[in-house]
Amino acid sequence: MALSGLEIYKLLPGSSKDPVEKAHANCKECGFPTCLAFAMKLAAKQAELSSCPYVNAEAKAKLAAAATPPVRLITLSADGREVKAGNETVLFRHEKTFYNPAGVFVRVADNMPADQIASLAKSVADYKVDYVGMALRIDGLAVDCVSGDAATFASAVAAVAAATTIPMILVSENPAVIEAGLTKTGGVTPLLCAATAANWEAMAVLAKAAKAPLVVRAESMPGLAELTEKLVAAGVEDLVLDLAVRDFGASLSGMTQLRRLALKKNFRPLGYPMIAFPYLGTAEPGMEMLLAGQQIAKYAGFVVLSRFDPAEVYPLLVLRANLFTDPQKPIQVEPGIYEINKPTADAPLLVTTNFSITYFAVANEMESSGMPAWLLVADAEGMSVLTAWAAGKFDAEKIAKSVKNTGIADKISHRKVVIPGHVAVLMGELEEELPGWQIKVGPREAVDLPRFLKTAW
Amino acid sequence: MPVTVETPVEKWAGVIRPISVGATAAEGGTRGKAAVVGGQSTLPFLGFEGQTPNPPLVAVEVWNRNPGDEWPDALARAWGETLSDPGAWAQQAEAAGADLICLRFFSTDAAGARISGASARATLRRVLSATTLPLMVFGPGQAELDNDVLVACAEEGAGEKLVLGACEDKNYRTIVAAAMANGHLVTAKTPMDVNLSKQLNILIHDMGMPMERIITDPTTGGLGYGIEYGYSVMERLRLAGLQGDGMTQQPMLVTPGEEAWRTKEARAAEGVPAAWGDWASRAVNWETMTAGALVESGADIVVLRHPETVRRIKRMIDALAA
Repeated sequence: MALSGLEIYKLLPGSSKDPVEKAHANCKECGFPTCLAFAMKLAAKQAELSSCPYVNAEAKAKLAAAATPPVRLITLSADGREVKAGNETVLFRHEKTFYNPAGVFVRVADNMPADQIASLAKSVADYKVDYVGMALRIDGLAVDCVSGDAATFASAVAAVAAATTIPMILVSENPAVIEAGLTKTGGVTPLLCAATAANWEAMAVLAKAAKAPLVVRAESMPGLAELTEKLVAAGVEDLVLDLAVRDFGASLSGMTQLRRLALKKNFRPLGYPMIAFPYLGTAEPGMEMLLAGQQIAKYAGFVVLSRFDPAEVYPLLVLRANLFTDPQKPIQVEPGIYEINKPTADAPLLVTTNFSITYFAVANEMESSGMPAWLLVADAEGMSVLTAWAAGKFDAEKIAKSVKNTGIADKISHRKVVIPGHVAVLMGELEEELPGWQIKVGPREAVDLPRFLKTAW
Repeated sequence: MPVTVETPVEKWAGVIRPISVGATAAEGGTRGKAAVVGGQSTLPFLGFEGQTPNPPLVAVEVWNRNPGDEWPDALARAWGETLSDPGAWAQQAEAAGADLICLRFFSTDAAGARISGASARATLRRVLSATTLPLMVFGPGQAELDNDVLVACAEEGAGEKLVLGACEDKNYRTIVAAAMANGHLVTAKTPMDVNLSKQLNILIHDMGMPMERIITDPTTGGLGYGIEYGYSVMERLRLAGLQGDGMTQQPMLVTPGEEAWRTKEARAAEGVPAAWGDWASRAVNWETMTAGALVESGADIVVLRHPETVRRIKRMIDALAA
């Protein structure tokens, strides 16, 4: 957990009790006028501790520990794809933001016929869906040893690797099975799943040899902590936690406690990302999607789904995109002309701002009205109508500029434009800016657009 | 060597207000039993931290008129003929597992005429006699019509402990007065903002309405259409309430059914990418996922539309509260 400037100051020569160290108080050798100023820069990550030649070893260790992220970053990659988990700093997205969207994996049972494995692997790898200009994808495949047989598992891994190159998780508690699978990944370094109290020594050897991250599985937090300490001592540091409590309530409580321990207590033995298997918490697909959603919202770093159904994956990936959006940086849409319901030259023209939620509220209502129309999205720096108006980013001049610059006049046969009801006050000014145009005032809320389009245009 | 793990438990200063909807015969109404929400001393479902004496409830929308084309086939088909009869619809909703009925009035009645107090009374009477579930009554959302409909329903349902909605900052006085005069509750609806929500609670309370009769509607967006704003506002409201702010300790109501079934993902059967998946499942999944996320962020009442969503969300709440 990061230290404040004052906490750092207490570790520097300026506040030392040791006369030898104290002699160097505010020596300026670091390039800053005082130790306190240097401490503030360190806290803001604008300076390096190595600039101070006089800081003692104990302070160095404390500062280094504090600089380590409370949840270790684990990265899985393959062929340009990369999925990261960890490095999170908050419990609630409004406190700052969630950084690394939970990696979504689809399970492949190793006892399926090879051609089915290949086609499933390909469908998952090729899946891509556009959402507000972002390409949402599934992050990888988890090959699960249902057969219990090392040879069967190895051929399933080989079938996946032959079909596609994508991050992989190898699932078995039998080290011999994992060892067989590791030889067939086609060069991909997989996440190994899982080390338990019974097999951790053999798993540690495999993980070290393959330089692969390793899942640690136990049913209790002390059990997990004990295992991670043993594995770290054995030289395996890239770990992922699987607290093996599966249903809605237990999973929510367990994952919340693990995240709190890492962030609030800086508890190193549990400072790793978590993996979740929603299908082990509920047997019903419709419920599995809900549990996966809960685990994406509440602290999983990796989520393994039992099956691939676009009608389930799409809402899950959108939920993930929404929750991992930085609250400080709202999603914007590209300013420009949007065609709603295939408009013709005589269709109405409406204008709004490029804040994504504003855009979607308006576009959605226009679309559901069934009426063809043109939507002109002005560049209001990603603000909603009222906010942008108050900030001077959505005034008559701006609106006139987008009407002129987008060339919308060439696409329509009339000269009428509808402005949002909330900025009715701009009407007069806009008439001056756009000579020859008739300015109409639309409803204040998007929800009233269908009626407006049907009756008032 | 065994490792000791001390799990951090938050000691909250505040408790969410328990609120009771619907009056039984003993309390001067005709409802089978009261629906109670609130009373939590923890963030949603953290059993290691505090109690959730009244898990969230599911309300199902029943309209005063057939939704017709406004509802896509994937939704309308689930209810069939009953959509033309609010009484039968409410009974079917009860059979589907609803804890509450959310009776919604629109600007027109079943015959297409402008909604009137008299027709609203008749519809309310019909629903009250068809089901013994506690009722919420929502107006069309336009001040003048809301006042006509909600005042009439407040009088017609006097003593039933209905929830009248929605009070908004631009129109709440008439609705609050009607609720106070007839022993009802109100919803306080504000556009996804913690401070506005608190302020409206205070304004309504200042009229003399007890806090025990105000349910907060913080507003939400559908999945993909701004749900993250509603989600975070709900988390912030719940945290504020638990931290001891007495004006943000109201149970929260949200309308994921309405928001989800407004989206293109739920409505469009054709002309959408193959990656969206099968329409009928995707449409229901959209509502389910929207509602599920809001339950996780602190919703006490979710207003839903599709019976399959009702079934799944109730199972989820049971599993979380177990």
